[in-house]
Amino acid sequence: MTSAAPILQLTGIGKQFPGVTALDDVDLRVLPGEVHALMGENGAGKSTLIKVLTGVHPADSGTILLDGREVSFASPLEAQNAGISTVYQEVNLCPNLSVAENILLGREPRRFGRIQWKPMRRRAAERLAALDLDLDVTAPLSQYSLAIQQMVAIARALEVQARVLVLDEPTSSLDTGEVEQLFKVMRNLKDQGVAILFVSHFLDQVYEIADRMTILRNGRREGDYPTGELGQVELIAKMIGRDLAELERLEERPPARTTGTLLQADQLGRTGGIEPFSLTIREGEVVGLAGLLGSGRTEVARLLFGADHATGGSVTIDGTPVSLRTPQIAMTHKIAFCPEDRKADGLIPDLTVRENVVLALQARRGWTRPLPREQQAQLVDRYIKALKISPADPEQLVRNLSGGNQQKVLLARWLILEPRLLILDEPTRGIDVGAKAEIQRLVAELSDGGMAVLFISAELEEVLRLSHKVGVLRDRKLIAELPNDDTLTTEVLMQTIASGGRS
Amino acid sequence: MTALTGAVVPRKYLPVLVTAGLFVAMFIAGGARYEGFFSTQVVLNVFIDNAFLLVVAVGMTFVILTGGIDLSVGSVVALATMVAAVLLNAGWPPLAVIVVVLLIGAGLGLGMGCMIHFFEIQPFIATLAGMFLARGLCYTIGTDSIPITDPAFTAAAQTQIGLGGGLWISPSVLIAVAVVAIAAYVLHQTRFGRTVYATGGNEQSARLMGLPVARTKLGVYTISGFCSALGGLLLAFYMLSGYGLHAVGLELDAIAAVVIGGTLLTGGSGFLIGTVLGVLILGLIQTVISFQGTLSSWWTKIFVGLLLGVFILLQRVITTRKK
Repeated sequence: MTSAAPILQLTGIGKQFPGVTALDDVDLRVLPGEVHALMGENGAGKSTLIKVLTGVHPADSGTILLDGREVSFASPLEAQNAGISTVYQEVNLCPNLSVAENILLGREPRRFGRIQWKPMRRRAAERLAALDLDLDVTAPLSQYSLAIQQMVAIARALEVQARVLVLDEPTSSLDTGEVEQLFKVMRNLKDQGVAILFVSHFLDQVYEIADRMTILRNGRREGDYPTGELGQVELIAKMIGRDLAELERLEERPPARTTGTLLQADQLGRTGGIEPFSLTIREGEVVGLAGLLGSGRTEVARLLFGADHATGGSVTIDGTPVSLRTPQIAMTHKIAFCPEDRKADGLIPDLTVRENVVLALQARRGWTRPLPREQQAQLVDRYIKALKISPADPEQLVRNLSGGNQQKVLLARWLILEPRLLILDEPTRGIDVGAKAEIQRLVAELSDGGMAVLFISAELEEVLRLSHKVGVLRDRKLIAELPNDDTLTTEVLMQTIASGGRS
Repeated sequence: MTALTGAVVPRKYLPVLVTAGLFVAMFIAGGARYEGFFSTQVVLNVFIDNAFLLVVAVGMTFVILTGGIDLSVGSVVALATMVAAVLLNAGWPPLAVIVVVLLIGAGLGLGMGCMIHFFEIQPFIATLAGMFLARGLCYTIGTDSIPITDPAFTAAAQTQIGLGGGLWISPSVLIAVAVVAIAAYVLHQTRFGRTVYATGGNEQSARLMGLPVARTKLGVYTISGFCSALGGLLLAFYMLSGYGLHAVGLELDAIAAVVIGGTLLTGGSGFLIGTVLGVLILGLIQTVISFQGTLSSWWTKIFVGLLLGVFILLQRVITTRKK
């Protein structure tokens, strides 16, 4: 199998987005009849690579060889016609059309321009039967669950006589039985010589189905390995960029000067989001959440902030049961949340630093009681100094600030509310080392001052350095809660993730 | 109750059925209240008086199904009557006039479609520009009403096609019905039509599915422009004049008819038969008010306003239930 010539060979692929190098000199070789996993943390460039391959984005540099011939696709349609069929990460179908149309539209049987509905329905039903699905193909797609829609998307991809099938996170909405069904189909295709490029965050699935894997990190290729020769711990180490040998002991955190339990979640959970978990957060404690992307880190944070509805469980604050139905309610309980995507969920780039910082405080006061300009200036000045926001100009537009400084502005917005629990979701992602260190220092200071912090980060070192206690998540489950004592190392964390907390 | 009907008929037909039920109820109520209302000719008269609106609304249905909007249709109708009147008075043969008018309409539509697709301008703004442009062009041609005396056009205005039993329709009604039939066929039986629905359902997905979204979007605005020009010709048959103040606000009537007919303004869902019913309901409201005799014509607007409100709420209920 390894001796075969690659059906797909990408060499030196580079892709720039404004301000970001998404892909840098990436190579990828996929052999016919293999399942090739594309691995990497969020932002490693997996989806970008797939979009470059399938003609959604043009590559800035590099070549793509399909079956030995150089190709370049201007649109997904061209890629499809060349035999590369793709199921993108989100279901990309039209919910208002029938199942049959979603599978066949664009290739439907026609006579004199008129769609032949009967053969079309028959063909759609046949495609679905190959996936062991029996649906009413005339019903609108929206009638079916996301999982079935995902299977319909796969049926559409299979309708093309594909030589390369690209599956970007196809299993995230499927249950175990459906995943098994998909794997059966994948093995079947593999036997027919179809090459499958498979992206998944579920490590077990990758180890079950993939023959080889290519690992991406920060837009660069980390290497490719036969699945059997790379253990889960090594894989995780390569994905997050730490050689096991290199791991150093980290400075110890002083024990938390905890005075009492602030918040207690009991069997809190949300169907389809995160399985029920229990978590205690004490005053002045930093609780770290570790886990790969999609493991449920953000879901925990959103539940505690009331951004998502819990479907079960309860929360008490200071021993009193509370119902965190909306962010407003969470805010009255002095919980603050800095979301992961600061551009989409937090900052307004065309407003000034001052306006962005006072936003939440103003919202809490209500619009009928505007905050006096002078008071605004004082508050903002204080936090610009405390957080070392640069440039130290409250009237600068936020869009002109670097990522790290934008993050600090967002932090300042929540800090002026003087929260008791501060939830930070990936506060150091995509910012430079200096800013990162400052944000870490700030978290330590805040907790010393008695504030509880829930700290989410993909970087295990950072989690270890800051936290008094680490919750480990995997596959949307809180699998372990480890006190950060002398014995806890990034290696232990990785092993906990890899073993699924079973060891 | 929605759940009950939803089990019997697919939910996608629900808005159309509600509209159809409303039409029947209005007709029966009118018949019970006013003498001489309960006749087939009353319905046919609604068709005769609103044939041009029906054709315009068909074009609007295509646009709205893709999730767009076309505000230029009323102005294009006026421009069509103006151009037709001027060219006929200049001695052009009627057939040539019709072809030129239709080409102007389709060309304007295509131009707006290009703005919307290639320059990614919101349909509202692009067609608003088209609306002012077309209306302005009317006044460069002339500020007064220009009578049409061409024998072919007057024949089209005055011919009564008997249906037996004393019933009759105008040639415009035949044209409008033909347009509806062709449009329904295109929407439901061709790849172009299904791509219109796909684009309205989720434009991004449609593109990733490899469907020709660009061509489809240009197509629907061209069709809308063409239908507006054809509607303008039918209005010229009806009024026998070209005037820059014809069809003021017609775009809003057309949008109202499409929405009352159950087509979602967000695109991707709706049926042409609904649009036909929407136009009939608008026409029937006018008929009821003229039968009543004591109500001012503003009541038409009040009823249309209420109906629109109810139907948009109904759509909201249906779409939220879907999620």
